[in-house]
Amino acid sequence: MDTDALRELTFTDSKDQLRFITCGSVGDGKSTLIGRFLHDSKAIYEDQLQTLARDSVKHGTTGDAIDFALLVDGLEAEREQGITIDVAYRFFTTPRRSFMVADTPGHEQYTRNMATGASNAQLAVIVIDARKGVLVQTRRHSYICSLLGIRHVVVALNKMDLIDYRKEVFDRIVADYVKFASNLGFTSVAAIPISARHDDNIINRSRNTDWFHGPCLLDYLESIDIQSETAGLPFRFPVQWVNRPNMDFRGYAGTVVSGSIAVGDEIVVPASGRNSRVKQIVTYDGELVRAEAGDAVTITLADEIDIGRGDIIAKPTERPEVADQFAAHVIWMDQEDMVPGRSYGFRIGTQSSASGSITAMKYRIDVNTGAHVAARTLRLNEIGFCKIATALPATFDAYEANRRTGSFIVIDRDTNRTVGAGMIAFPLRRAANIARQPLSLGKKERTALKHQRPCIIWFTGLSGAGKSTIANLVDQKLFAMSYHTMLLDGDNLRHGPNRDLGLTESDRAENIRGAGEVAKLMVDSGLLVICSFISPYKAERDMVRDAVGDGEFIEVFVDTPIGECVRRDPKGLYAKAKSGMVKTFTGVDAPYEAPSVPEIHLTTLNQQPERLADTVLNCLAARGIIVPTNRTEN
Amino acid sequence: MSYGKLDHRNGDLPRGEHQMFRMHAQNITKPQTRTLPRRLRRLEAESIEIMREVVADFRKPVMLYSIGKDSSVMLHLAQKAFYPAKVPFSLLHVDTTWKFREMISFRDETAQRLGINLIVHVNRDGIERGINPIDSGSTLHTQVMKTDALKQALDLYGFDAAFGGARRDEEKSRAKERIFSFRSRGHVWDPCNQRPELWNLFNTRSRKGETMRVFAISNWTELDVWEYIMLEDIPVVPLYFAKKRWVVHRNGALIMVDDERLPLVSNETPELKMMRFRTLGCYPLSGAIESDAITIKDIVAEMQVATVSERQGRLIDTDEVASMEKKKREGYF
Repeated sequence: MDTDALRELTFTDSKDQLRFITCGSVGDGKSTLIGRFLHDSKAIYEDQLQTLARDSVKHGTTGDAIDFALLVDGLEAEREQGITIDVAYRFFTTPRRSFMVADTPGHEQYTRNMATGASNAQLAVIVIDARKGVLVQTRRHSYICSLLGIRHVVVALNKMDLIDYRKEVFDRIVADYVKFASNLGFTSVAAIPISARHDDNIINRSRNTDWFHGPCLLDYLESIDIQSETAGLPFRFPVQWVNRPNMDFRGYAGTVVSGSIAVGDEIVVPASGRNSRVKQIVTYDGELVRAEAGDAVTITLADEIDIGRGDIIAKPTERPEVADQFAAHVIWMDQEDMVPGRSYGFRIGTQSSASGSITAMKYRIDVNTGAHVAARTLRLNEIGFCKIATALPATFDAYEANRRTGSFIVIDRDTNRTVGAGMIAFPLRRAANIARQPLSLGKKERTALKHQRPCIIWFTGLSGAGKSTIANLVDQKLFAMSYHTMLLDGDNLRHGPNRDLGLTESDRAENIRGAGEVAKLMVDSGLLVICSFISPYKAERDMVRDAVGDGEFIEVFVDTPIGECVRRDPKGLYAKAKSGMVKTFTGVDAPYEAPSVPEIHLTTLNQQPERLADTVLNCLAARGIIVPTNRTEN
Repeated sequence: MSYGKLDHRNGDLPRGEHQMFRMHAQNITKPQTRTLPRRLRRLEAESIEIMREVVADFRKPVMLYSIGKDSSVMLHLAQKAFYPAKVPFSLLHVDTTWKFREMISFRDETAQRLGINLIVHVNRDGIERGINPIDSGSTLHTQVMKTDALKQALDLYGFDAAFGGARRDEEKSRAKERIFSFRSRGHVWDPCNQRPELWNLFNTRSRKGETMRVFAISNWTELDVWEYIMLEDIPVVPLYFAKKRWVVHRNGALIMVDDERLPLVSNETPELKMMRFRTLGCYPLSGAIESDAITIKDIVAEMQVATVSERQGRLIDTDEVASMEKKKREGYF
């Protein structure tokens, strides 16, 4: 096939788009390869080439020749620094197929970008320099592709011209690769000897490699069949949006991610266990009899059952997992380390506002060797295997079984940054086997007996701010008014159930998580629970807030300037922190994140604790939690 | 519809007929034998999924409607995404007051035909300052009448998500932009600090004052767009089709003399040329191409042998190196 043939497009093309990723390090010839595809398929126009030629003089590294890497490095910072930072998506079309290429940097510090590019790719082109053979980065790239679920790999052995197109070198490197990749779970591994620079076996078959009988790279990409990937899987329909234009129509809008469904089929919503039948499959272009993987449709059911965004519709015989604990591979993507125990936002399928936490780190994976390394946290670009617990049960499949229903992202609850991405390995049966014991008496009954509205009154602030003093007074006053209360104090809990915890960020998170769970049990028993904890991180306070009902978490910010706390220093801790005897002390060398909108904000400077306690009681009365009279007189 | 007509346009109806180009009458409930190639079906489904995500997770989304072919496709996709419900958001057109007259009439007729609320926003402050593409230059005009105007409108109506029709194949900084492109307060885009975007798991969260630009047709190419327009019978502005129009040669581009506001330099004489547009913007900044393509089939055929990119017709892109990235950082779409 000659270059001109690429220009003649036809509309008989019924093949799907192929989405692939190119892997390779600087110098392997990856950019030249992509540049050649784009150039020879006329995806680059003359004016873009002119710009490229201009940029090549300014930023390029190829002398007079056009530097294709500049085409790929789109951002100013990248061109200035001569490195690829981010994922770029490139498009080109041939008479037989259209392509979307995710071009990502190959360095270890950009593992997150490679994972991003791989997440939507069906195939990976792994570029290897024929002079160097299988290197550490080749292993890393292959491992990440495998982990992200890519099942088809083609090794492009580049720079064959520099080793005189020798068959034995090609055979040796391919044998090396196949041996190494045998446990990565690839369905197909192809290898092609190429020279990106001279177009050997890329667009055209090369005369220099008569010994090679396989297809050239473009032929291979045009003809590989990857259709069946989702078609044979069980039916999964994550509900995105409930379409209710009027009282007579209630449809569930979403995209069939795998399998197929027909009108009349029996379905189940695994989270609730409710069954029904498909009544209609509605589209703008008319009703369908059957919807298949990839179709965006709206489904109506024969019965009115409760379904919302985040539910998955499946067939009763092929159900996904439902669990609130699972094990997963996680890629950490943020500058700030992962904090096990901290409450994070999770997006699992269309469940976009789930919350949960990483309950245990099992190990970190050395991406270069695949070895498991002991670790307590993950840093930027690190991959690990961990246990995760979600606040509510999630519906999912193992990632290996279904990429679309087995993946999730982790979101920082304060900044909303995407901090991690994960692939579910399996549900933790611990959750399945320990069913919640149904109790005959609930919060409602227990509360009614005490004639009060239970809640958590959560004092937060620096050490020495006056939390415990005020909390104690509030407790005494409520007790005097005949309210049933309990006071949980940070120091006391650290002597008891949380005595194994230190002061690291993740131990602080676990301390608060534990305290929150205890406080929640007490709320369930109908008590007014007064808590006094430094609780420096917003994420953990919000986790406790989310654990109880609306209006049951009253955050009291005891706002005392650090200078005043140091002056008071009731426990002599600031002195110790300054002398280095106490490490990671909040306000000294560990952060305190002040609440942005606490229910009650107490400024303590020049105020008497007695008055501040009264302020708290007044606020509780205003919220209808207490009645401002003495209950014994009623 | 709630939009303010421009004073100087009142009574200034387009020359000739209202020419609405439609291959066939739009028939909402056409019996379906789906003929789309698999590739377009997949792109269509992907865009529909993105649109539904926005409507499910955002409080007040809006669709930026620029009247061009990409907007036409987006609007068509929106009708599909929410059927049988109506499109659950408004269209916003940021009017620089220098759009082609055929664009404006097409815009109004489209909104009316589909029964969609159309908001037209003009930067009044810019008008008062006399900003225009001819005297002020394209950079300042674009900054004030497009970028600033867009930010004004988003703030004024409190939209927390805005669909845009940008595609990744258009321009190299766009090739790196996310589908859900997060904007901090002040609508600023930080290209080096974008949220990673994996699978179809979009991070839709934002805090008060922060917004999202959502590019629902990111993965479409220019050819995909035209093929889809052809196969789905989507109406587009007639300026995309070749016709004899009055043009002048200016700075290597063919500029259409759309109204009397275009001052002609002494050596410029308008010529009647068979021409069309590949991309549409403010008329003094949009370069035409000589063409005989009078049907969509012709356009597609022409595109397949095109040797220059569509953005070459955009005079605003060539102002400075990395100019698109710079404009985008400042809040341009």
